[in-house]
Amino acid sequence: MIDFVGKRLWFYIFSMLIILPGLVSLLLPDGLRQGIEFSSGTTFTLRFAEPVGEDALRSALAELGHAGARIQKTAEGRLLVRTDLIEGASEAPPFGPALPSEREELETALQERFGPLLDSDGNVANRFLEFSSVSPSVSSDIGRNAALAVVAASVAILIYITLTFASVPKPIRYGASAIFALAHDILVVLGAASILGRLFDFEIDTLFITATLTIVGFSVHDSIVVFDRVRENVRRAEAAGLDVRLADAVNASLNQTLGRSLNTSITVVLTLVALILLGGETIRDFLIIMLIGLVSGTYSSIFVASQILVSWDEGDLPKLLRGEPAEEAA
Amino acid sequence: MRERSTRLLLLFVVVLTTFSFFVTWPSNPKRYLPDFIPWPVEDCVGGICIGKGIDIFGIERREMRLGLDLRGGTRLVLEADISGQPDVDLNEALDTAVDVVERRVNAFGVAESITERVGANRLSVQLPGISSDEAVDKIGRTAQLQFMELALAANGEVIFVQLDGTTTTQPLSTVLANELLIQEAQYVPVTVVDEQGVRLEISGAFLDRGDIFVDRNAAGLPQLNFGMNDEGAKLLSQATARLSNPPQPMAFFLDNEPIRGADGFVIAPRVRSQISDNGVIDGLTLGDAQTLAKLLRSGAFPIPLRVVQVEDVDATLGDQAVVDSVQAGLIAIVVVMAFMVLYYRLPGVLAALALFVYVSLTLAVFKLAPVTITSAGMAAFVLSVGMAVDANVLIFERMKEELRVGRSLVGAIDTGFARAWTSIRDSNVSTLITCVILYWFGDQFGASLVKGFALTLALGVLVSMFSAITVTRTFLHALVGTTVMRHLWLFGSDVAAARGAAPAAGLRPAAARGGTQEGAEP
Repeated sequence: MIDFVGKRLWFYIFSMLIILPGLVSLLLPDGLRQGIEFSSGTTFTLRFAEPVGEDALRSALAELGHAGARIQKTAEGRLLVRTDLIEGASEAPPFGPALPSEREELETALQERFGPLLDSDGNVANRFLEFSSVSPSVSSDIGRNAALAVVAASVAILIYITLTFASVPKPIRYGASAIFALAHDILVVLGAASILGRLFDFEIDTLFITATLTIVGFSVHDSIVVFDRVRENVRRAEAAGLDVRLADAVNASLNQTLGRSLNTSITVVLTLVALILLGGETIRDFLIIMLIGLVSGTYSSIFVASQILVSWDEGDLPKLLRGEPAEEAA
Repeated sequence: MRERSTRLLLLFVVVLTTFSFFVTWPSNPKRYLPDFIPWPVEDCVGGICIGKGIDIFGIERREMRLGLDLRGGTRLVLEADISGQPDVDLNEALDTAVDVVERRVNAFGVAESITERVGANRLSVQLPGISSDEAVDKIGRTAQLQFMELALAANGEVIFVQLDGTTTTQPLSTVLANELLIQEAQYVPVTVVDEQGVRLEISGAFLDRGDIFVDRNAAGLPQLNFGMNDEGAKLLSQATARLSNPPQPMAFFLDNEPIRGADGFVIAPRVRSQISDNGVIDGLTLGDAQTLAKLLRSGAFPIPLRVVQVEDVDATLGDQAVVDSVQAGLIAIVVVMAFMVLYYRLPGVLAALALFVYVSLTLAVFKLAPVTITSAGMAAFVLSVGMAVDANVLIFERMKEELRVGRSLVGAIDTGFARAWTSIRDSNVSTLITCVILYWFGDQFGASLVKGFALTLALGVLVSMFSAITVTRTFLHALVGTTVMRHLWLFGSDVAAARGAAPAAGLRPAAARGGTQEGAEP
């Protein structure tokens, strides 16, 4: 039997080490880079003489400093592009010839790569067909609303777990520990997104919000499966008239559910890895976030949710405040 | 008895799965199969077609309803025309128009649209999965409702416009006595002078948008009910007092066109008494009444907007990305099945079958409901596949524990299920609670992304509970009575080793075990 419970201080330290850099990155200015959906931008239509794929155009735009463009094919080989803000006309310099605008620079750069741009009649025009600024397509409130929804869901889950764990002492602790693990996972994911944003220009979009919601679902699901085993073991010990410490019951439960925890994670990890390697480029970032959240969710149900439950029972925090190391107390 | 019910359940599962598989099968399989799997190119020789979806008695196949991010749709560009109203705040009016478009999109059940303001005076609206005609008709309308009365000349007679543009008049009493004349007469907006002495037209702006609905009248025909807001009620009662003496017709115009009934005639009922806060429009077809109710509920554009461009666009995520992801998803499911078989051996084979049942069933539910699937929905589906597998893993792990301590197969199946059930129930119920709350929030704040995610996840979780409880258990029960118990390695080497060695039943106090009956040990 592996002694998970005795090493809980180390698990807390490990979690802190993972979360702290992300948290610092989050709290610094520009913690999360918002994607183009949330900001005003530019939309234009273009048509090349030779057919150009969406992926090729997307990566060319990214190289030219307009990452995350939304590209859609429309009729007659035209492509509808939505990017961040591109200046249509440059300000006239005080003297000398007018500098090319951002738009003109982009037109030139794209034609160097893909050949001439056509007008709507199919003649070489060397220009985009339509070019105008657009409002945000998604209200930036969506992030706040999703966060509120998660908070409300957490309260409901807390109530449900408290009710369904009523047969063991102090059922509210199970719910609170599960919610604590959920907060842990959300922090890991947000922190990771923030750091990825600083390192690789990772941007928050609606897919990211979806990934976070998925992780909320997974995290609670995973914690409850472990807690269910704890509940069973505690009740069984009570029925047998044994006075078992919660720490031992939790440790036994963790060992008993370890195979299941790993196998379930492996199946979902396999699915995600297949999608990351073979799936479309546009959803890759989203899948990477899901993968990070999933690993965190599995980790937190074993090494956070259960350990918090034990720490609460053992009174680790008061002991720590009095200066006794929690480890020896366990 | 037990065997008979198992056989019936097995039959039920097989029939259900076959049905779901037929429903789910795409109409163009080649598109979604990885390239290395050969699939005949679509080709018809005479009446026999290959390479298409499976044809059941020639029934038209319904396509999976996909969101704009996965399939594309129609893009409308609307342009504001404020030539008639120079003092309107264009910026504010366009913002209101965006809200109106979004309300209409929701009212017509088109999920996951994108509405953007383009340039100074345009809106771009992308709508998934509807034809361009429908898009123009439902989303592109100004939807200005006007209440109209007969146009009277200075001498009090009703005006008629002839085909050559000249006008004639007829006495009011003659017109009121002749239905055909009522149809052909000229109409002008009903106007009233309010308390401040301002002359106002009664229009859709005075409707109470929360009080517009369609029901059936005493004769069983559809009717559109509308309520007026406080100011509108005052104006309408003033107007109907005037129009009811003598009873004159009142017509309804939408965007300057008269609303016509099921019979093709202009709807122009006589105003028989004074009405104030609510009224009805009779004679519409049910479809027209519902469309009109939705348009009126969503409100009118504050300024006239003209459709200047209509085009088909492909998926916002890119068509290739969508196809790649579906192919990757198929491969992922096969890999997961292989893992289950390698790790759990015989139960793994059953779990792989159960997963096949689960995927077919869930996709069939999505297709028949129909649920609009977006990338958020796909994420929810991947998660629900994980949860479905998890339920099986939980059951098998418990079953193996029971087999290791020496229980019979039947006993191990039943105890394994009973033990696993509480964790499956609690974890799935909490996921369902999350879904309900996310759905409610998404609905409140108009975040269709969150709503779509919650709906797909909830459906997936419900099907996964059914699949784990009914399908896997039925498959396992079907094994009972076969010779598998003589080959314990089929359940894993650890089970075989534990059973082969000393009796392990003493490892745990027998009193603590569940009260399920022990089956006969073979």
